[in-house]
Amino acid sequence: MTDFWHWFIAAGTIIFVIWCVWLVQWSGKQGPSNVKDEELVGHKWDGDLEEWNNPAPRWWLYLYFITIIFAVGYMVAYPGLGSFGGTLGWSQYGQYDAEMEAAAARYEPIYERFAAMSFDELKANDDAHQLGKSLYASYCTTCHGSDARGAVGYPSLTDNDWLYGNAEQQIITSISQGRNGIMPALGPALGGDAGVDNMVSYVRSLSGLEEASADAMSAQPLYVALCSACHAVDGKGNQMLGGPNLTDDIWLYGGSTEDVRATIVNGRNAMMPSHQNLLGDKRLRILAAYVGSLSERQ
Amino acid sequence: MRHEVIEKSVTLMMVLIVCAVSVGGLVELVPLMMNGEVTEPAENIEVYSPLRLAGRDVYVREGCYNCHSQQIRPFRSETERYGPYSVAGEFVYDRPFQFGSKRTGPDLARVGGRYSDDWHYLHMVDPRVLVPESNMPGYPWLSDRLVDTELVVSKLEALQTLGDPYTDEQIANAPAELDGKTEMDAIIAYLQGLGTNRSNRR
Repeated sequence: MTDFWHWFIAAGTIIFVIWCVWLVQWSGKQGPSNVKDEELVGHKWDGDLEEWNNPAPRWWLYLYFITIIFAVGYMVAYPGLGSFGGTLGWSQYGQYDAEMEAAAARYEPIYERFAAMSFDELKANDDAHQLGKSLYASYCTTCHGSDARGAVGYPSLTDNDWLYGNAEQQIITSISQGRNGIMPALGPALGGDAGVDNMVSYVRSLSGLEEASADAMSAQPLYVALCSACHAVDGKGNQMLGGPNLTDDIWLYGGSTEDVRATIVNGRNAMMPSHQNLLGDKRLRILAAYVGSLSERQ
Repeated sequence: MRHEVIEKSVTLMMVLIVCAVSVGGLVELVPLMMNGEVTEPAENIEVYSPLRLAGRDVYVREGCYNCHSQQIRPFRSETERYGPYSVAGEFVYDRPFQFGSKRTGPDLARVGGRYSDDWHYLHMVDPRVLVPESNMPGYPWLSDRLVDTELVVSKLEALQTLGDPYTDEQIANAPAELDGKTEMDAIIAYLQGLGTNRSNRR
């Protein structure tokens, strides 16, 4: 704020307060008209409604003065007059910083204690679990659900099926860097409806949802050529690439014929955003331990 | 001068009311309009791209501000959850700003990048698919409605006239940029940009 605007605000405010003092005093002395106190003003509505000329009660007037005195005290103590900061030195930023410092003094030692623990200790520690739970509630529930069972396209964290692995570094990387799981659209590569049908049957046969018919098995060479890079030749997936295991009964996008067909034909694009800047290292590790422990604690 | 004089002359009363009311405006509004901190864009704040501008208008039309605020106050309880508190320079291209005054849903000032585009799509169509506890209504019709290109172009021109730094090239390219985009695309683009001027959220 430049000097000019500082003085503009300060002067404007002070003049207004002085004017208020004058106005209250002046109007306190004035009668509204030449009618004497405690007489009828003289007009009549609806036949019998009349107005007395009574003065306003004194205490009412005093209330005005009290608010003016309060305003003066406030402007001395708190920021109000231009860029004058007030004698108490209060500011909203100062209050915020003090709040953050107090929280840091209280919580940093706790984070330090957890940072010194091994990942397994952290997973087993009940205090860390509680802390992880509240971090989870803030950052993860909108996609993975408040019960951590996920939604279509958003993996459940309560089972023991890990797309990207559950070692300390793997979970931490998933949370800090985020993940981008892209399944390309393979419809055209499979050569028409029959080819797609056979591939759907083959994929479903891997987990025993369908019998491995001759039609299904005819898709195996194409599976090896197109799918095995991410899902592995035996269909057990690849945690380095986030390729899901196709041999279990866990389906990220559904295991019905229609769902598997949609996945194969149109592809999928799963994206977990990065949380490094939202959490910072220490919290992130506590959250990772919480997530890692969910399937073990069930 | 007696009250009667003022009370019986509407013109005089109006003049005096305007004087009394304008003191507040003079002291509180005029200095802010002259203050760079409030009128200059904060670091990395740029004008809305045509698609995001269209999305912003969808946000306003659907009344999102009735349940979502876009202003993080300087309290720890807010910055822990939503990110760094909002500053005035982040809203210079908002006409009008979408601060909101009620949080039935969470604050959205820094929601950009928190979720994937697909998440927003599913969540807009039916929030309960992803968040079973949610009481937000679905907005499925947004994906059926195309963005009104002409309207966006005339808005861009109006904003340029008002002083927003849109280049003629940006406006000329807008129709191509908006071609085939639905209102769903627009609002997701708008949401994904909110608060991304700050890369570090802690």
